[in-house]
Amino acid sequence: MKILVCITHVPDTTSRIAFTDGDTKFDTNGVQFIIGPYDDYALARAVELKEQSGGSITVLNVGGAESEPTIRKALAIGADDAIRVNAEPTDSLFVAAEIANVAKDGGYDLILMGRESIDFNGGMVHGMVGEILGIPSISPVMTLDIEGDTAKMSREIEGGKEYLEVKMPFVAGCQEPIAEWKIPNMRGIMSARTKPLNVVEPSSNQSGTKLEKYEMPPAKGAVKMIDADNVGELVSLLKNEAKVI
Amino acid sequence: MSSILVFVESAEGAVKKTSLEAVCYAKGMGGDVTVIAFGNEVSESELSDLGKYGASKVLHVNDEKYNKGVIQAYASVIADAMEKEGADVLVLANSSLGNPVSARVAVKVDASLVSNVTELPDTSAGFKVKRSIYTGKAFANVDLTKDKKILAIKKNAAEVKEVGGSATVEPFAASAPDGDFSTNITKTEKATGEILLPEAELVVSGGRGLKGPENWGMIEELAKTLGAATGCSKPVSDMDWRPHHEHVGQTGVKVSPQLYIAVGISGAIQHLAGVNSSKNIVVINKDPEAPFFKAADYGIVGDAFEVVPKLTEALKAAK
Ligand SMILES: Cc1cc2nc3c(=O)[nH]c(=O)nc-3n(C[C@H](O)[C@H](O)[C@H](O)COP(=O)(O)OP(=O)(O)OC[C@H]3O[C@@H](n4cnc5c(N)ncnc54)[C@H](O)[C@@H]3O)c2cc1C
Repeated sequence: MKILVCITHVPDTTSRIAFTDGDTKFDTNGVQFIIGPYDDYALARAVELKEQSGGSITVLNVGGAESEPTIRKALAIGADDAIRVNAEPTDSLFVAAEIANVAKDGGYDLILMGRESIDFNGGMVHGMVGEILGIPSISPVMTLDIEGDTAKMSREIEGGKEYLEVKMPFVAGCQEPIAEWKIPNMRGIMSARTKPLNVVEPSSNQSGTKLEKYEMPPAKGAVKMIDADNVGELVSLLKNEAKVI
Repeated sequence: MSSILVFVESAEGAVKKTSLEAVCYAKGMGGDVTVIAFGNEVSESELSDLGKYGASKVLHVNDEKYNKGVIQAYASVIADAMEKEGADVLVLANSSLGNPVSARVAVKVDASLVSNVTELPDTSAGFKVKRSIYTGKAFANVDLTKDKKILAIKKNAAEVKEVGGSATVEPFAASAPDGDFSTNITKTEKATGEILLPEAELVVSGGRGLKGPENWGMIEELAKTLGAATGCSKPVSDMDWRPHHEHVGQTGVKVSPQLYIAVGISGAIQHLAGVNSSKNIVVINKDPEAPFFKAADYGIVGDAFEVVPKLTEALKAAK
């Protein structure tokens, strides 16, 4: 089985969010970048599927050279080789078009990625890739098992789960609890250094949106502390001040 | 003036609140609002009532085949409806069905697509919308550059208000190709009767501070008194104290209710990422240094086992 896992290179969840250049650029100062947490789940499941039934895992990232340490980490976790499309990921359509271009001749049985990136939270790339390639796309996927040429999955729906079956190939946007995150071991880290990481140039220049400006939410007012012996005061504040009950 | 199509979802025979928000958002944009609805579980009169929120016409795909939300088939039919109606804008709720469907529609009709939209567009120059990014920690203002636009609206970003009368309901003949049904939905498991967490106006969440699943009775009692949904932190669902679909945060459900009450939750940044667009946050924690207090509007330093039952009693008394 040939699996393509698409990963994002995103600021660590705990990063302080700030912008520069007149609020048009993300401030990377002091920020640590990681594999998108949802993509990490997709990669972990790919590694498990490969352990069960063989095959290969290619990781793909659309991004500049600064993504390479993140890609190497994915190789250390268990991918066999990697492709970096050498371009700034501007919007979901651009990224999807580049992923589809790589995937179209690759003969992949499965294309896995996270349900969304944690920077833009778009949740759109998997669907766009599926539509461009003319194959099914399913998201957000919580469990994934392969039996022959059929995949059995469950997908999160509001307040529940939907179970579905589909023949390969297809695209899945993954989330927990699809697999346990894998932590690279020493052998993985050593071998990742020599695994192939191919850099290809972007194929098109598709986009549907243009960023104007970033914005921070208004600063939060101070918390009002209420004495534990006086919960009645909280009730009256919720009623009369916040007007939520 | 735009012609706007709104995709509405229903559950248990009723149009979902998030979809009503989408209809109201579309009405707020000005222009003519047409709705498309799928399945035979929702009644014609319920659909006609969408007129109250600003829809003038409802296209009803009244066909059992479309009762289940098959992503590809829905995308084909919506793209077809946009074409037939001459709609240049599609509005829908950001949801587990709306997102994957809208992504495919965007490619089919060559539209600009933006999700997690939080405000009405600014069309004074171009077509600019504000969207939430970094899990609610910031916003991006983006210009949609293609002729057709698709907007997926963040939950609770648009107010549901009545503005009009009733809408005409017309059957819409769906003709998705057979290939679209290659994903076979075998079973659906849904929590019924409960208030669904992702759409709730009020949420009560418990964390590891509650010590064990046997103590959730008081959380449920508080939630029941308020008419709230229940949530939890990630370790709580990891330890199976609560079902996975209650887990709130970065890697779980993102909520944006009017009121979020966090009990015995420390307020780790990954948890905050899922709740920071709540309108009001109440934190109950015995540790005055718990980081959650920094994100809260109201805080009580105290033992949950004492505070929560007292709060429930006070709420009952105030009813
Ligand atoms: C990549 C990543 C993603 C993550 N995603 C999520 C996510 O989506 N959601 C999430 O919640 N977490 C997530 N986490 C985990 C997160 O970092 C925290 O570990 C978690 O939120 C802590 O849960 P908690 O507050 O319930 O537990 P704890 O941190 O153990 O806090 C328990 C709190 O209860 C208080 N307490 C104890 N006893 C009492 C009492 N009797 N009365 C009142 N208060 C009491 C304590 O003072 C403490 O503040 C993620 C972590 C990572 C690394």
